[in-house]
Amino acid sequence: MTLLTALIALGTLALIFGAVLGYAAIRFKVESDPLVEQIDDILPQTQCGQCGYPGCRPYAQAIANGDDINKCPPGGEATIRKLADLMGVEAKPLNEAQTENVKRVAYIREDECIGCTKCIQACPVDAIVGASKLMHTVLADECTGCDLCVEPCPVDCIDMIPVATTPERWKWDLAAIPVRMVE
Amino acid sequence: MPGLFQQIQAGKLWDFHGGIHPPGRKEQTNQKPIAVLPIPDRLYLPLRQHIGVAGQLLVKVGERVLKGQQLTGADNSMAVPVHAPTSGTVLSITPHTSPHPSALPELTLVLEPDGLDEWRQREPLNFLTCDNMTLLSRIQDSGIAGMGGAGFPTHIKAGLTQPVDYLIINAVECEPYISADDLLMQEAATTIVKGIDILCRLLNPKAVLIGIEDDKPIAAAAMMAACSQREHYYVRIVPTKYPSGGEKQLIQLLTNKEVPNGRRPADIGIVMQNVGTAFAIAQAVLDDHPLLSRIVTVAGDTLNQPQNVLALLGTPVSALLDACGFQSQPQQRVIMGGPMMGFTLPDLSVPVVKTTNCILAPTAQELPAASTEMDCIRCSACADACPASLLPQQLLWYSKAKDSDKLQEYNLADCIECGACAYVCPSEIPLVQYYRVAKADIREQQREALKAEQAKARFEARNARLEQEKQERQQRNQQLAAARQQQQLASGANTAVADALARIKAKQAQAAPADERSKEQILAERELKKQQARAHQQQKAQQQKEQQQNAQQQAAEQPNGQPEQTPAATVNTDIKAAALAAAIARAQAKKAAQATEQHATEQQVIPAPGTDKSDEAVVSAETDPRKAAIAAAIARAKAKQQAQTENENDTSAPLTTAGAVNEPVAVSDAAAEDPRKAAVAAALARAKAKKQANAEPSGQTAVSATDAVVADAVVPDAVVTEDPRKAAIAAAIARAKARKQADSENS
Repeated sequence: MTLLTALIALGTLALIFGAVLGYAAIRFKVESDPLVEQIDDILPQTQCGQCGYPGCRPYAQAIANGDDINKCPPGGEATIRKLADLMGVEAKPLNEAQTENVKRVAYIREDECIGCTKCIQACPVDAIVGASKLMHTVLADECTGCDLCVEPCPVDCIDMIPVATTPERWKWDLAAIPVRMVE
Repeated sequence: MPGLFQQIQAGKLWDFHGGIHPPGRKEQTNQKPIAVLPIPDRLYLPLRQHIGVAGQLLVKVGERVLKGQQLTGADNSMAVPVHAPTSGTVLSITPHTSPHPSALPELTLVLEPDGLDEWRQREPLNFLTCDNMTLLSRIQDSGIAGMGGAGFPTHIKAGLTQPVDYLIINAVECEPYISADDLLMQEAATTIVKGIDILCRLLNPKAVLIGIEDDKPIAAAAMMAACSQREHYYVRIVPTKYPSGGEKQLIQLLTNKEVPNGRRPADIGIVMQNVGTAFAIAQAVLDDHPLLSRIVTVAGDTLNQPQNVLALLGTPVSALLDACGFQSQPQQRVIMGGPMMGFTLPDLSVPVVKTTNCILAPTAQELPAASTEMDCIRCSACADACPASLLPQQLLWYSKAKDSDKLQEYNLADCIECGACAYVCPSEIPLVQYYRVAKADIREQQREALKAEQAKARFEARNARLEQEKQERQQRNQQLAAARQQQQLASGANTAVADALARIKAKQAQAAPADERSKEQILAERELKKQQARAHQQQKAQQQKEQQQNAQQQAAEQPNGQPEQTPAATVNTDIKAAALAAAIARAQAKKAAQATEQHATEQQVIPAPGTDKSDEAVVSAETDPRKAAIAAAIARAKAKQQAQTENENDTSAPLTTAGAVNEPVAVSDAAAEDPRKAAVAAALARAKAKKQANAEPSGQTAVSATDAVVADAVVPDAVVTEDPRKAAIAAAIARAKARKQADSENS
């Protein structure tokens, strides 16, 4: 008789808890970010296409579908590490074909520009302003340094110049504080 | 338990966590009066001397400016102008080493003083009668930014709309060596209090707390005397401890309130201003004397006369040091700011700016350069000293690992970079430098993240725009097309097309009754056509032969009974085209024959006269001519074989044709699948036929020989579709041989 009571009591408890947990699972369900969104948030959004895909989102999609995580030169090692954490794979070194480079922005030598609008069409983030047969210029703040405008230019008047360091952007460098002889 | 305000009124002080007690070394300078420097030869005025953005330049190179004249505009709320500290000429506006730890060149205006010190026109304000906006714009136009070190634009802090409980005047000056505020209070306490009055007018606080460290008794007494008439001004003497001058630390000391993580003091009803700022406000409002100079402590054992000097903004550090009897030593360091938070200057042309409170020229014994860094021994002395209650050793660990997530988790952003941790560290780890690097990295990452977000938004907006443009273009094209069609309908331009369509229909309608003709008739027509095609083929074969063989063979050919041979005109026609046409025709014939086979009996139908042939041939030619041609060729090959065997049985020529028709259905299927094989098979068949023909005795009629020749000529056409030229040659050779044999037989 005691055995039966115990069984009934435990069974009832199990049912109650099961019902509560089941209800909570539905009612308080946490909508997790889709994987592609999470990957896309990690990518640097330069839209440069150096990974071989037309933009960061397509590459995010490709990673979600199992592509390599080491194809993003603008993101560099930091991005690869984050992607490796997210995807639960081994962090690989950056693809040999793609070299990490310093941050640059496009600069149009304005007196050489013929106003062909080809770079405007190539820019993935609309960071080049100008009109047909009028001089174009790059909005340096919006430029992602993707290089896509350099190739279409028929007169090669676009340079990729490294971003100048300003006191605001300057990173303290332990070894670089110059201690000079003061005469 | 009394309320907070009562406790503050009662003079209660609190304490903050940690802190250190470095030697003060203020006695070098705090007993001497403020020295006034002579006007230097050049003044270097960085266009941006505060936190925020530089104003627009208002002067040109070569222009003469008066003392107090604005050099840059206050065109932006985060911009405060820079003024000419004395009258003179603008020499140049070029990048010059900035008074910043990075020492990166910044745009700097170089002024050559003319020594006249000629003032612009000044308009003092009576702050009791003018409104707040006038006061605030005067503060901004006078170029006042926080003079304690951070350089935050004062008009923003003074123009807060939030209710303010406490205005705290920071006169703690906790860093060693520095005594600039001390001297200012000693000499100008009444002006400072007037400045505080103006701030009270703007902010309307419940109480003003003036925090002074207990190592400045003269200044404290002066301030107390100056404040004696103001009943809600409280001078609070705080114990000496570094860094009680930090904003958050002083708030905690005086009010026991903590500024929440990531918030500002204004969020808890507190505004803090430096005592020097209060003095500058008073000068700006009451005398219309913009921020042109500041008191700088020049100290260090390498100086003969360490003292506080009133230096014009833009004075090069070298001029300050020279005025104080600087004796340079080997490995000499000159530090801008105090020994705890200052930075080593790369060269001495760096100017004094609004935030410069101290120039330190210590000897090597006095302030040794950083020695070798050793490993962290986890003594936790840094954690005990940290005024922000952080865990410096953990932060060091994660700074070295560049783990920004963990650093943020351990509240690196709350670090005030006071350097107390590095000061107490027995391993001499420059902890604060690591934190600065890490903070800069995190800032950079945040900037990048923001940029990435913007870039993404722009990229998506662009894609959306391109898509929309594409759709609009399509829509427009469709509309244009529709409009064009309607226009044509309206103008009747398309009647020609409509007419043509009508004609086609009419023709089809006429053609329809023809189908109702009797099957026999059709069959007869087809048979006729077939025969015609055959004849044509023979003729063509002859022509080909003629072209390729010599005249002798031509002559021999005549008796073979080919009277339809046409002369040169036919010979000239393109062989290939003719071959193709013939193949098509043959295919037609073959098909027709097959159809006949299925529907009718084996009996031969006599062609009905007067039926049109050409029309039918063209219509059926539309069906895959190539395949049909191959099939036909194979069928013919078979027919040839049969004919040969029949020849052996001495049957007549016409029957051979009928017999040949029996087979092809099965063969053509196979042929369609593998034309090449079929061609080979056909070739073999031909070879056999020839052998048999050769074996036939001379008693045979000329007809059989002719048939052989015809077959030879016809079969290669199948091969023609694959390799016409080769096949043509092979066929020609075969024909020549056959002819020779026939000739020999005939003779």
